[in-house]
Amino acid sequence: MSSFSPRREFSTRRPLASFPRVSVAPAEHLLDPELAGRIVARALRHGGDFAELFCEDRAGLSLSVDESRIERPQRGAERGAGVRVVSGETTYFAHVDGLGEVDLERAADSAAAALSGQRIEPRALSAAEPILGQEIETSPVDVPAERKAALLRACDERARSQGDAVAQVQASYSEGRRRVTVANSDGLLASDDRTRVRLGVQAVARKNGTVETGFETLGGHRGYELVEDGAGEEIAARAARAALTLLDAGPAPAGALPVVVGGGFGGVLFHEMTGHGLEADHVQKGASVYAGKIGEQVAEPFLQAYDDGRLAGEWGTDGIDDEGTPTRTTALIHEGKVVSYLHDLRSARKDSQDSTGNGRRESFRHLPIPRMTNTFIAPGEATPEELIGDLERGFYAVSFAGGQVDPTTGDFVFGVSEGYLIEAGKVTKPCRGATLIGNCLDALAKIDAVAEDFEMKTGFCGKGGQRVPVGTGQGHVRIRELTVGGTAVG
Amino acid sequence: MASELEQVAERAVAAALDAGAGDAEAYCQDSTGLEARVFEGEVESLTEAGQRGLGLRVWIEGRSGYAYGTDLNERGGVGEIASGAVEAARVADADEFAAAPEPAGAASEIPGLVDDGASEWDTARKVELAKAVERAARDADSRIAAVETTVYVDERAAAALVSSRGVSGAYEATYCYAYLQAIAEADGDRQTGLGFGMGRSPAALDAQAIGAEAAERATSLLGARKPASRSCPVVLDETVAASFAGFIGGVLCADAVQRGRSPFAGRLGEDVGSEALTLTDDGADPAGLNSAPFDGEGMPTGRTALIERGRLAAYLHDSYTARREGEGARSTANAARGGYRSAPSVSSSNLIVAPGELGFEELLAEAGEGVYVTDVAGLHSGVNPVSGTFSVGATGRVIAGGELAEPADEFTIASDLASMLASVRAAGSAPRWVPFGGSVSTPALLVGEMAVGGA
Repeated sequence: MSSFSPRREFSTRRPLASFPRVSVAPAEHLLDPELAGRIVARALRHGGDFAELFCEDRAGLSLSVDESRIERPQRGAERGAGVRVVSGETTYFAHVDGLGEVDLERAADSAAAALSGQRIEPRALSAAEPILGQEIETSPVDVPAERKAALLRACDERARSQGDAVAQVQASYSEGRRRVTVANSDGLLASDDRTRVRLGVQAVARKNGTVETGFETLGGHRGYELVEDGAGEEIAARAARAALTLLDAGPAPAGALPVVVGGGFGGVLFHEMTGHGLEADHVQKGASVYAGKIGEQVAEPFLQAYDDGRLAGEWGTDGIDDEGTPTRTTALIHEGKVVSYLHDLRSARKDSQDSTGNGRRESFRHLPIPRMTNTFIAPGEATPEELIGDLERGFYAVSFAGGQVDPTTGDFVFGVSEGYLIEAGKVTKPCRGATLIGNCLDALAKIDAVAEDFEMKTGFCGKGGQRVPVGTGQGHVRIRELTVGGTAVG
Repeated sequence: MASELEQVAERAVAAALDAGAGDAEAYCQDSTGLEARVFEGEVESLTEAGQRGLGLRVWIEGRSGYAYGTDLNERGGVGEIASGAVEAARVADADEFAAAPEPAGAASEIPGLVDDGASEWDTARKVELAKAVERAARDADSRIAAVETTVYVDERAAAALVSSRGVSGAYEATYCYAYLQAIAEADGDRQTGLGFGMGRSPAALDAQAIGAEAAERATSLLGARKPASRSCPVVLDETVAASFAGFIGGVLCADAVQRGRSPFAGRLGEDVGSEALTLTDDGADPAGLNSAPFDGEGMPTGRTALIERGRLAAYLHDSYTARREGEGARSTANAARGGYRSAPSVSSSNLIVAPGELGFEELLAEAGEGVYVTDVAGLHSGVNPVSGTFSVGATGRVIAGGELAEPADEFTIASDLASMLASVRAAGSAPRWVPFGGSVSTPALLVGEMAVGGA
C-alpha cells in the first residue's frame, strides 16, 4: 500500500461573527396587494381561523458535462399559487398553475369548498418591515450560457488532470431564481427574491479493476460569482483526488470505534441525528426522541449548535420563510442543553409561541412544514490534528454519500463516501463501503471534541415528499464511540 | 382531457420548428387528485392536488436541448418554452447519436389503466378510509402508542406526446395508495413500522390489512438489539428485495453501461447471478403502476428479460442508447419521464422478480442460522452504483434453527451486487407489488451469504 498523505487540507477557520450580513432593497411583490387581500378574504368566506395565499414565480437553467461533452441543457419556468385555509386542526389546501385573477380565485374557492361556516373577515394587509436580502453580484441570467459551458469544460479538464486513473468526470451546473409573495389573514404581506447557484462534480477513477467515485459540490444563495475565479475548478480537483485516493482503499473496519467526522459536509450527521428530531411537527406528535427534552442536557457543555436562515450567501438562506416569517438565528443546543425546536406557524401556534422562520415548502404545490435552513455545530477550540492525534485506533469519516434517520426511534445510518482508518494518532489507510450507524441521543452525548475549523456545505433535504435546499456545517467533530459497519467482519 | 393535451403538444412542436429546431418532441401532462392526511382520528390536511405542464425536447443537428413550463397559453407561454428549448440546444455539444425518435408502431393495449373509483367516491368516504387505516393499526395491538401520519392519495393523470417525426399518442391512468407509520412502545423501547397498499382505485385498498401491517412491523421489532457480527445467510422481505431490485434495474440501464458506470458493463450473455434469479422489466403489466401504452418517447411498451436464471440477457434502452449501441439494437421502451420538468432518461418501468417454490417458512428453514431483514435505511447513500459495493443499515429478526427468533436493529448488511446476485439461493413463492425502487413485484429472497455488522 502506498503511503498516504491527507488529501484534503483542513480549511481555515471562518469565525461565525465574521459572516457578512448585507442589506439590499426589499423584493417586489408578485401581485397587486389589493388582489392578494381579496383572495385571502375569498378563502375565508366559508369560515376558518386562518387563510394564506402563497405565490411563486421560478425560472432556472441547468446543464452538464459528461464524457467531456456538454449535455442536457435545460431551461424551465413555473408560476403558480397555493391557497390554504386552516380551521381548527385541519388544513384545506389547493394550488393552481398561473397567477391570473381567475386562477387565484379558483384556488381560493377550492380550498374553501370543504368548509360551511360564516364568512370571516381577514385583517387588512400591511407590508412587513423590510427584510434582509442577499447581495447578488452577478445575476446568473446575465451570464451567457457559453460561459457556463466553458466552466464545465474547465472542471472536466481540471478533474482529469489530477491523475491518469481518472476515467470519467460528470459535472453539472444549475441556477435558479425563485420569487415568492405571501399574504395571510393576519395581515401579513411579504416577498422574497432568491437566486441560487450550484455546481456538483463527480469523478470516477479506475485502476486494476477497482472503481471508485469522488463527489464535491459548491452552492449558495449567491450569483454567478460563487463559481468564478477558479472556485468551480477547485471543486472538480477535490472530487478527482477523493476518487484517486479511494483506489487504494481496503475494506472498512466493522465494530465500535471512536469516529472523527470531517468538517463541512460532516455536518450532515448533526442535521440527521439532531436537526430532524428538533422539527416541531415530529415533536408534537411524540414522534421524536427530543420530545420533552427542552432544557435537558443532551451533550457535553461545550457543544453549541444553531439553525440560521440568515447566513449571508449560504445555500439554505432565505430572507423570509415560505410563510412570510423573517428567517432568524435559532440556538438549538446551548452549552449542551436543548433550547429550541424549529417551528412553522402551525406548530408555533400549538405551542403558544412565535414561528422560528422554519416554515418551508418545495413549491406552491406543497404545504409548508417545519424544515431546517442552515444547520451547524459552532466551531470549538481544538485543531483537527489534535482530535485525530489522541486516538490509538479510530475511523475518520470525511464525507458522506447521504444519511437517513428515523426521528421516532432516533436510529440513524450514514453511508461514508470517503473514510480512513486512524492508527496511532495518524490518518492511514482509506476504507471503502463504510456505514455509520447509531442512535441520535447516544451519539450526541458522546461528542467529546469539536475543532476550530469550520465550513458550510450544501445539500438537499427530503421530508414528507418535499425537497428543499439546506446548508450543513461544522468543524471536525469527534464521537467517542460509534458503530462502523464495514465489509471486514470480525 | 387527453385530446386537449395533444393539441397543446402539437402547437408546441410547431412553435419549436418555427423557433429554429430541426426536430421537436412535446410532452404534455395534466393530473388531478386528492391527498388526505389523518392524525388521531382527525383530518390534518386535505389537498386538492394536481399539476399541468409542458416539456419540450428539440434537436438541432445533433445538439439536443430541453425546456419546460406551466404557462400553456398559445401566445405567450408555449412560444417562450419553444425558444427556451432552442436556446438550450445551441449550448450543447453535437452528439452523433442524438436524434428525434422515429415512430415505432401501435401503442400497447393495457386493460384497466383507468378505474373511475376515485371519482365516484366523495371526499368524506376517502377520509373515512384513511381513518380506518389508522384505526386498524391502533386496534391491532395494545403496544401501538401512536400513528405518526396516515396518508391517502389518489391521482388521475393524462399525458400526450407529439413529435415532428410523427410520434403521436395520449393516455390516461389512475393511481391510488395509502400508507402509515405506526409507533410501538414497550419496556422503554420504541419501534416504527410502515404499512402500505396501492391500486388503481380506493376500492383496491384494504384498510384493515394496511393498518395491521404497520402494527405488525413495529411490534415485531420491540426489544430489538444488535445481532452478532458475522457472515451468514440473509432473507430479504419483499420491500427490501424490491429496493435492491430497483438498484439492479438502475445499473442495467444501457446509459450507465455505455458510460462505463455499471458493474455489469461488458457482461451480456454471462452468468451474473445464481440460477434462482430471474428479473424482467415489463412496462405493459396491467398490475404495475408504471405501466403505460408507450414510453416517454412513444415506443410501445412490453417485456424485456433482463436476467434469466442468472444469465444477463439484456440491458434497458431508450432510443439514444439503442442508436449508440448500433448493430440492430432497439429501444426496449424504457425512456422514462419523471413529469414534464425533465427530459426522458433510461429507467426501469415495472421490475418483476420471478417467484420460486419455497414458502416463507421453508425459506427460513433453508437459511438455518442468519437474519431476516424487513427494512433497510440509506440504500441510496450506502450503495455505490459504479462499483456495486454497498453497506446499508438494517432492521429485522434473527433466524435461529430455521425459524424467526429475537428482533434485531442497528446493524448493517454489506456486500457487493455481483457477490449478492451470485449468492441468491432461493426466491419465495409469494410475490408482492412494492412501490420501492420504482415499481417492483418480488417475493422474499434468500441470499446465501452477506456480511452482517452488529455487536
